[in-house]
Amino acid sequence: MSLNLNQIRKDFPILQRETSTGVPLVYLDSTATSQKPLAVIEAMDNYYRRSNANIHRGVHTLAEEATAMYEGAREKIAKFINAASARQIIYTRNTTESINLIAYSWARANLKSGDLVILTEMEHHSNLVPWHMLQAERGIELDFIPVTESGLLDLDVYKALLSRSPKLVSFTHMSNVLGTINPAAEIIRLAHASGAITLVDAAQSVPHLKVDVQALDADFLAFSAHKMCGPTGIGVLYGKADLLEKMPPFLGGGDMIKEVKLRSFKANTLPHKFEAGTPAIAEAVGFGAAVDYLNSIGMDNIAAHEHEITEYALERLEEIPGVKLFGPTAQHKGGVAAFTLAGVHPHDVAQILDRDGIAVRAGHHCAQPLHEKFGIPATSRASFYLYSTKDEVDMLVNGIYKVKKMFG
Amino acid sequence: MDDLYREIIIEHYKNPSYRGKLDPHDISFADNNPLCGDHIQIDLRVGADGTVADARFDGHGCAISQASADLLIESIIGKPLEEVKQLNKQNVLDLLGIDLGPVRLKCALLSLKVLKAGVYGLGEAGDELVE
Repeated sequence: MSLNLNQIRKDFPILQRETSTGVPLVYLDSTATSQKPLAVIEAMDNYYRRSNANIHRGVHTLAEEATAMYEGAREKIAKFINAASARQIIYTRNTTESINLIAYSWARANLKSGDLVILTEMEHHSNLVPWHMLQAERGIELDFIPVTESGLLDLDVYKALLSRSPKLVSFTHMSNVLGTINPAAEIIRLAHASGAITLVDAAQSVPHLKVDVQALDADFLAFSAHKMCGPTGIGVLYGKADLLEKMPPFLGGGDMIKEVKLRSFKANTLPHKFEAGTPAIAEAVGFGAAVDYLNSIGMDNIAAHEHEITEYALERLEEIPGVKLFGPTAQHKGGVAAFTLAGVHPHDVAQILDRDGIAVRAGHHCAQPLHEKFGIPATSRASFYLYSTKDEVDMLVNGIYKVKKMFG
Repeated sequence: MDDLYREIIIEHYKNPSYRGKLDPHDISFADNNPLCGDHIQIDLRVGADGTVADARFDGHGCAISQASADLLIESIIGKPLEEVKQLNKQNVLDLLGIDLGPVRLKCALLSLKVLKAGVYGLGEAGDELVE
């Protein structure tokens, strides 16, 4: 079913605004963060206006309401990714914190010097630096599944790497630069066959595709609310219950304890064991509303719409002399188009597009090693979501022609 | 737009007068803008009278960063090193003839930071050099 774009665009107040030059906003930066529908903004506003209280130990009306809203959102998120239970949904600040939680808790309890962790060459810095830090501290070894010229993971090399008995395979489900949708189920199946645990960076996939953690058989999976119509400041770590049970706590403090004595503590049960301190309650409420919103549109419909837009965008961009696209064909990718324009730095491209209200991102998109691999310091990146239109793609293309003329 | 991409900036970006390296040189320093990967190296030759005898820049980056480097080098040749040490943000903006937001300001000021870190013999081109 194709999306009712007029209605969807009305759901997002920010899409009605003009930019600094007085032209309508053309927002093509959803891979960095998505815009928020009114339903999410109102849910958070309503929480603060009517129900704000600290959660869990209060017995008054507001505390009860706030707790129910916070935990209700967790239930919604669990269903959204088909987790077996809501206790497997750990609230974090974002995908980065979720990955760090695994690096600090699971990895420090399970990895020793010489143990191998497999990553890929297309990782975001958030799935590289925590492992660099652990390498410096523990002497773990890192190796990488290479990216082919066409922007896909080289699974033959992966299979060879697996013969070295890695302890962990941590990889992105969908590249934030190339847009590549990696064959997560197969990567996980192969990892399990060689005895490795798996961590999926799903920051770009959960917002755009139907993700079923049980079908994937993922051990850990991380994502953020703000890329899927929800607020900033909250994300999720999903984990298999037996693994999460065995992991030591991450941050210590209130709410993560069952009992505290002057000289000792007992950790709380899941998921609270990993949620120390007053959490982002309003943000959890907004996260729940975002899940409701995406469900009301339908993830399959969203994915189909984005596929159509991406196919169109790649086709139009390819026509422009001097434009070089990075990443696989539309068949293997989500709604991301990273490109360079000959003779013009990506920052200048982005800046000139901005004068026409077109928001694209320029830089290395927190994936510097990937850019080095392709021998470029930076790219411009346009990215799409459920509210993106073909008209916006046309405006992007016209904008790039303007850039060319200016630098001609 | 016409403000930000004045002809002078595009011209200095596309046809810089002072791009290159100096060998031998008395001072050489390079640094990056970690946000966008812009890279600038500056080489200086200092005369017996303490003035900049010759200078070149090399590197890659956006039009703003490369044009400001070219304009900056042009402006310092023949100047006493002591005067170069006093250059600040406003001097670079005056050379470019534009006003910049916080993000692009970093692009514009990279060359001055590199220049001053080199002249002062520092290990790093910090923001405090161009305040």
